[in-house]
Amino acid sequence: MSICSDPFLGWSLLSPQRSIFSTSQSLRPCESRAIPETPSSAMFRRATAALLRQPVLASARASARALSTDLPAAPTADSAFVEAWRKVTPNIEPPKTPLSFMQPRPPTPSSIPTKITVNFVLPYSSELSQKEVDMVIIPATTGQMGVLPGHVASIAELKPGVLSVHEGNDVTKYFISSGFAFIHGNSYADIIAVEAVPLDRIDAGLVQKGLAEFTQKLSSASTDLEKAEAQIGVDAHSALNSALTG
Amino acid sequence: MAMAALRREGRRFAPLLSPRPIAAVRSSLVSEEDIPFGARSISTQVVRNRMKSVKNIQKITKAMKMVAASKLRAIQIRAENSRGLWQPFTALLGDTPSVDVKKNVIVTVSSDKGLCGGINSTSVKISKALYKLNSGPDKETKYVVLGEKAKAQLVRDSKKNIELTISELQKNPLNYTQVSVLADDILKNVEFDALRIIFNKFHSVVSFLPTMSTVLSPEIVEREAEAGGKLGELDSYEIEGGETKAEILQNLAEFQFSCVLFNAVLENACSEQGARMSAMDSSSRNAGDMLDRLTLTYNRTRQASITTELIEIISGASALEG
Repeated sequence: MSICSDPFLGWSLLSPQRSIFSTSQSLRPCESRAIPETPSSAMFRRATAALLRQPVLASARASARALSTDLPAAPTADSAFVEAWRKVTPNIEPPKTPLSFMQPRPPTPSSIPTKITVNFVLPYSSELSQKEVDMVIIPATTGQMGVLPGHVASIAELKPGVLSVHEGNDVTKYFISSGFAFIHGNSYADIIAVEAVPLDRIDAGLVQKGLAEFTQKLSSASTDLEKAEAQIGVDAHSALNSALTG
Repeated sequence: MAMAALRREGRRFAPLLSPRPIAAVRSSLVSEEDIPFGARSISTQVVRNRMKSVKNIQKITKAMKMVAASKLRAIQIRAENSRGLWQPFTALLGDTPSVDVKKNVIVTVSSDKGLCGGINSTSVKISKALYKLNSGPDKETKYVVLGEKAKAQLVRDSKKNIELTISELQKNPLNYTQVSVLADDILKNVEFDALRIIFNKFHSVVSFLPTMSTVLSPEIVEREAEAGGKLGELDSYEIEGGETKAEILQNLAEFQFSCVLFNAVLENACSEQGARMSAMDSSSRNAGDMLDRLTLTYNRTRQASITTELIEIISGASALEG
């Protein structure tokens, strides 16, 4: 799978995620003096206040769902890197690394947990974040793969298909374009896709039209590049088709 | 004697009078040529011109601040939504900034437009320090520069080390497609063992943290997995997929690079708007201070000229009376 092989580039899933805005803004020294409220500073204050108000609404609405976009409580840093940096350039602070922005994952438990924790992320939003579910079915290139708690650790490449999340009696289905799925030993599953749409938002008529168009393009393709593009279109549309019917 | 004094005063003011038309346009430098023709006393024109230009500057910077604030609001939501994108990769592959490789490529993300405080200089400083850190015998380090501002600074002393420069990134609103095409370009044209992406992570409206993300090439991932340590557990993962493990790792590395680059570009754009907002805010505050000082000077000059006129009149009148 190459990154450019994804045809569904115009879709975007609109689910704005409001994360906890860090309240540790340190005001610059000149802002702390008592100045008469000018319209610009009032607007500035209102803007930051509006940004701060959003988490309250989000947490009320999302019923205190933990967000994967939160900054962690205990940042860590790679000490070897920091030391090497300090030796070479003692005057400049070393840059932060992603490790300090991520919450560490729990180690593999000794007994198999009852639920699997799913993180389903897209470039535009975190669709599911630390959600505990019973089972996930992912469309790997080798076929539909069911993931249960205690699944062996694996890395799976995904093809266009249907991802279904089973929680008790609810099943949520998404059609995803390609991506990757990592299943860790501690019953954590990370699914990264480029685009994902709930199945009820797909228009069957357009799917048929697209399929016909790409099949025709495939038969009339001359260069390898055109053939590859048409093949990708055919694959994706036929997957869509089977998703809608199956 | 009063007349002699008056004549002396007149001689003192003579250089200020210049026989030139008032309608001529001139710059508002503090020079005596800006006094309009026919003014007979100390003129406030110079100060007035300066006040007008400072007031305009204040208005412009205030407007720029509001524009930056509204752009920040829009892009901050997108940047925070994209933060979940790189976390699975770090969870799987760990974070290895101190990995020892032969070919390093430093990808510096910066802005195209200026007036955004010191964030671009910070990125360039860190890139140069990283270059020094990774230099050694039979090691080579190259730059890939995104954005005009870093290019301008790096071209000055590291011109031969710059492999690729990309500008006008934000001409169209940032989206994943564009960044993945860009990532594809970089991966095709640049040989690397480790890619280090330097950007400013948006922590809050007034604080931007320089951050470095590392993406390893599939060969180095294999090497590190065999060596043990953070990536040692990678071998325990089963690879689901028809192709070989090497191909999957290759796809994984490419996907990781495009995801990490997307997040980096969004965070940097966010930091740019935030930095511009605070730079413009302090600029308009400075302009306000300057305007206050100029107003005082203006009033003093005005009052001095009124006093002088009064003195002239009164001494003239008293001279007439005898």
